[in-house]
Amino acid sequence: MNNEHSKAKIIYINGPVVKAENAEALKMREMVLIGRKKLIGEVVSVENENATLQVYEETSGLEWGEEVISTGKPLSVKLGPGILSNIFDGIERPLEQIYGMGSTFIPEGIGLISIDLNKPWETHITASVDDYLEEGSVYATVQETSMILHKLMVPPKTRGKVIFAEVDGRYNIEHIVIRLLNDEGEEVSLKLYQEWPVRTPRPVRQKKAIEKPLVTGQRVIDTFFPLAKGGTAAIPGGFGTGKTITQHQLAKWSDADMIVYIGCGERGNEMTEVLEDFPKIIDPRSEKSLMERTVLIANTSNMPVAAREASIYTGITIAEYYRDMGYHIAIMADSTSRWAEALREISGRLEEMPAEEGYPAYLPSRLAQFYERAAYVETLAGNEGSITIIGAVSPAGGDFSEPVTQNTKRVVSTFLALDKALAYSRHYPAINWHNSYSGYVSVLKDWYEENIAENMMELRAKILSILQEERKLLEIVKLVGEDILPDDQRLILEISKVIKVGYLQQSAYHKDDANVSLSKQYKMLTVIDKLYEAANRSIKEGVPISKVKNEEIFYKIITMKYKVSEENLELLDQLMQDIDEYYSSLEKMYKKGSGQNEAEISEVR
Amino acid sequence: MKLRYLKLDKIDGPLLFLSGVKQAFYDEMVDIVVEGNQHKKGRVVQINKDRVVIQVFEGTSGISLNNSSVAFSGSPMRIPLSKDVLGRVFNGIGDPIDGADFFAEQKYDISGRPINPVGRKYPRDYIQTGISSIDGLTTLIRGQKLPIFSGDGLPHNDVAAQIVKQAKISGDATANFAIVFAAMGIKHDEAEFFKRQFELSGVLNKVVMFVNLADDPIVERITTPRCALTAAEYLAFEHDMHILVIMTNMTSYAEALREISSAREEVPSRKGYPGYLYSDLASLYERAGMTKTSKGSITQIPILTMPNDDIAHPVPDLTGFITEGQIILSRELFQKNIYPPVNILPSLSRLMKDGIGEGFTRDDHPDLANQVFSAYTHVQEVRALAQVIGEEDISDLDKKYLELGRQFESKLLNQGFEANRSIEETLNIMWEILKAIPKGELTRVKPELIDKYYKG
Repeated sequence: MNNEHSKAKIIYINGPVVKAENAEALKMREMVLIGRKKLIGEVVSVENENATLQVYEETSGLEWGEEVISTGKPLSVKLGPGILSNIFDGIERPLEQIYGMGSTFIPEGIGLISIDLNKPWETHITASVDDYLEEGSVYATVQETSMILHKLMVPPKTRGKVIFAEVDGRYNIEHIVIRLLNDEGEEVSLKLYQEWPVRTPRPVRQKKAIEKPLVTGQRVIDTFFPLAKGGTAAIPGGFGTGKTITQHQLAKWSDADMIVYIGCGERGNEMTEVLEDFPKIIDPRSEKSLMERTVLIANTSNMPVAAREASIYTGITIAEYYRDMGYHIAIMADSTSRWAEALREISGRLEEMPAEEGYPAYLPSRLAQFYERAAYVETLAGNEGSITIIGAVSPAGGDFSEPVTQNTKRVVSTFLALDKALAYSRHYPAINWHNSYSGYVSVLKDWYEENIAENMMELRAKILSILQEERKLLEIVKLVGEDILPDDQRLILEISKVIKVGYLQQSAYHKDDANVSLSKQYKMLTVIDKLYEAANRSIKEGVPISKVKNEEIFYKIITMKYKVSEENLELLDQLMQDIDEYYSSLEKMYKKGSGQNEAEISEVR
Repeated sequence: MKLRYLKLDKIDGPLLFLSGVKQAFYDEMVDIVVEGNQHKKGRVVQINKDRVVIQVFEGTSGISLNNSSVAFSGSPMRIPLSKDVLGRVFNGIGDPIDGADFFAEQKYDISGRPINPVGRKYPRDYIQTGISSIDGLTTLIRGQKLPIFSGDGLPHNDVAAQIVKQAKISGDATANFAIVFAAMGIKHDEAEFFKRQFELSGVLNKVVMFVNLADDPIVERITTPRCALTAAEYLAFEHDMHILVIMTNMTSYAEALREISSAREEVPSRKGYPGYLYSDLASLYERAGMTKTSKGSITQIPILTMPNDDIAHPVPDLTGFITEGQIILSRELFQKNIYPPVNILPSLSRLMKDGIGEGFTRDDHPDLANQVFSAYTHVQEVRALAQVIGEEDISDLDKKYLELGRQFESKLLNQGFEANRSIEETLNIMWEILKAIPKGELTRVKPELIDKYYKG
C-alpha cells in the first residue's frame, strides 16, 4: 500500500518495548504487526517520525530494520458467539485452538486469531425486511450455550432500515445475515459478530442506581459485607491468604448470569484448575455445568507482560457486550496488582518519570477508569444489565499502605481485607471482619428486608458489635488472662468463638457448606442470636459460665453448617427449641437458689 | 562469511557497546575474540538502530576498545542436550566443567516458551519426602513449585538434601526419577555439600548440575537456571522423566539481575531491583508443571535466603506470589535445636488440597492437618499470654495446649536428618499429639474420623 520510503521500520528493541522510524502514519493506540513474524503490538507514543510500540508477544529474535505494518484500527476484539466456555489469552486469542496447533508451549507469531470463524451456529433471525433497527436492537439470536442465549445487536452508532434479512439456518459468524440502509443512504452489512476497541467503554442509555445484591453464597460476604450487582469490590491480601480461592468461590457460586474470569499474571496451574474443575461443577440454579456461563482470560505470569496490561480491557469489553444483551455479569480480575506491575514494567522501559514506588503517575486514573466500567445500566435497547467487578489485589508484603491497594480503595465500595493471621490459623475465608467494609449496606437494606427478613440487617449489626466487643476484651485477656473477666464478658468471648468457627469460617470443599443460601444464612444467624440471648439471660440469673457453656449445645451450633443441608432447614428451628429448653431448665434450677442445684443440673445434662 | 566487528565504543561492567552493526537480532548470541585467541560469549540485550548493547558472559576483564572482535552467531542462546547429561556438571552457560567434553545433536533455546494453560495437567500426585512437617502439613505435589524460605545460617541445604535423599513417588515411576541442580552464587563448600549428599544417597548418576559459584561471572548467573530448566524440560517432556529441580540461591540470582540492571541504567523499582523482577522470576518458576502430552513432570524446590529474615523483602515476596506455597524455616526453632526447623504456620502448600485425603494419602489427612494448624495457632496465643501472666495462672485448658505445643515440636517437627517417616507414621504422630487436648476441642475433624482414629 505504501512505497518503500514511507514504511515504518524497527530501530530500537528493549524487551517488550520497540521503537520504529518513518512512522508518521501510525496513530496513537493503533494495533500494528511487527517484523517478519508479524508480532502483535500497539502504538503507545508518537514523537516526530518515531513511534514507540508495546509488543504483546516475545520479542526475542526481532531485528532492527524489520518492517512495522499498520492495521489502521485500535486494539479490538471480535464479539460474537463462541466466546462462552472458552479460554483466551490477553488479546482474545483462543488458547484451545493454539494448543490444537500442536505445541504445549505458546509460540510467537501465530497472528491475530480470535473466536472460531468456521463453526456454524443455529441462527434465528428476528428482524425482517422493512423493520427500522435502532442501535442496540436485536436482529438475530443464537443459543450459544444451554445457559446463555446470545443476542446479536446492531452495533452502537448504527441504525437503519432492513433491506435484506437471511432466513433461519446454520451459519458461521462471517455470514452476512442482515443488510441495513442507514439514514445517509449507505448500506451496512451485519454479520454474526462485531468488533469493538477494548479501551473504549461500550455506550449505554443510562447508568442506574444500585439496588440488588450479588448473592455469593459466602456467609461472611452476603451477611456482613455484601456485594451489589453493578458494584465494585477489592480483595486485597498478601500471598497465601486465599485471594484466588475466594475468587474461585465467587466465580462458582455468585448469582450472576455470566462470569468473566481474568487470570492476570497469576499461576498457570490455577487456570488449569479452573479449566478442569468448572466443567464438573453444576450450577445450583440452572443445573448446568458452570463452564457454560464462564469465559476465561489467561495471561499467566510468564506470558508477555504487555498482553497482561491489555487482558483486563479485553475481559471487561467482553463483559460489556453480554451486559448489553441484558445479562448480569461478574468479573473476577486476579490480580489487579499484576496488571499495575505490568504498567510499571512498561513505563520503566519507556523511561517515563516514576511516581510512588516506581509506578507511573497515571496509575490511579487507569485504575479508576477500569472500575468505573462497572455499573447497573439501562442498555441501548432498554434492557437492564449489570457488571460487577471483583478485583484481587496483591500488596507487597501484605502491606495495605502500598499504592495499588490505596488507589483501589478509593474507587471500590466493598473492601474484603484478607488477613495473614487468620490464614495462618486456617480460618477460611480469611476475611478480616474489622478491616473490611461494604458501602452497599445502606442501599441494600430494603432488598434484604423485603426478600429475606425484617430484622436481617439488625441482626447483622448486633453480631458485628459482639465481635467488636470481643476485640476489646481480647486486648485485656492478652494482659491478664481470661479468668479475671466477669461472666457476661466471658460469654462474649465464647459467643464470638461460635460466630467465628460456626459462621464466619466456611469450607470451600464441604458439599453443604461451600454455597449457602441467604435463608440458611439468616436462620443460622438467628440460632446464634438465640444462643447469645438465652445464655446471657442465664448469666444474669446467676448461672456460672461453666454451666452456661454447655459443650453439647455449643458443639451442635458450631457444626450446624455441616449437619443442616438446604433441604431440611427446619432442623435449625429444632435447634432453637433445644436452646430454649436447655437454658430455661438451667434457669429454673438456679432460681431455686440453694446448694442442691449442682446435682440436679448434672442430671439435666 | 560472517562479519567481524573490530572496534568497540564503550565497555561498562558486563556490557559492551558496539556501533555500525549491519544485522543483529534481539537475544542473539555473539562470539567475542580477545587478543586473537581467547573466546567469550555474549548476548544482545538492546538494539538501537545500528548501536547494539551486548552482555558478556565470563566477564569483560581483559577487553579493550580495540583488542577484540565481535561476530554475531545468527541464533539465540542454545545448549546441546541428550540423555547423557545425567551425571554431568556444567557451568552457567552450559559448558561442561567436569573435565570431559559434551556433544549432542539437538540444541535447545534456553529462554523457553510459556506453557499453554490448556496444555497443562493439574498436579495431583503427592511426593512423600519422609519429613513429617512437610508431608503432614505442607504436602509436596509432583509438578509443584514449592520454595524453601530460609535465612543465612539456617539448615536449608540439609532440608533440600534430605528431600532429595528420601523423596518417593507413588507407583512405578521411581526408576524414572532424576534431579537437576542449579547453583547460583553459592559458596564452593555448599556446592561440595550437595555433591557429597548426592553421592551418599546414590543418585549422583541421576543428577545434572549447573554450577555458578559465588565468584563466577554475574552474567552467567542469569542463564544458570534457564539452562537447568531447559535440561529439565528436555528430560521431563521428551523422555517422560520425573524431575526434581533444586535452585539455590534465588536471592543471589535476583541480586545479579539487579547488578546488571543498574549497569544498563534502567529505572529501578523496589529496593533497586528492576521493575521486571516479577516477570523474570515468573519466567523461571512457571516452567514447573506437568503437561497433557507427556508423562513426565517438573517439580521445583527453589531455595532463597531472606535478607535479615524479612519475608516482605522483594525476592521472597514476589516469589511467594508466583510459587504454589512456601516452606518457611524459623531461626527460633533452629536455636531450640529442632531439625528441620519448619515454621508451619506461615508455611503453605497450595496444591495440597487436591493431592491428599482418600485415594491419595489417607481419609483423615485434610481435617487432621487443619486441626493441627488451628491448635498450634492457639498454642502461640497461649504462649504469649503465659509470658505475661506466668504459666501457673493460665486456665487448665490452656495448659493442655502448652503441652500440645511441646509435643508438636519434640515429636512431630524434631525428627533429625536421618529419620525417614512414612505418611502413616506422620499422621499417627499428629493424632498422638492431639491427645494432649480434650476431644471436644477437635472442631475441625469430622466426628466419624475422630471415632475411627482418635484412640485413648
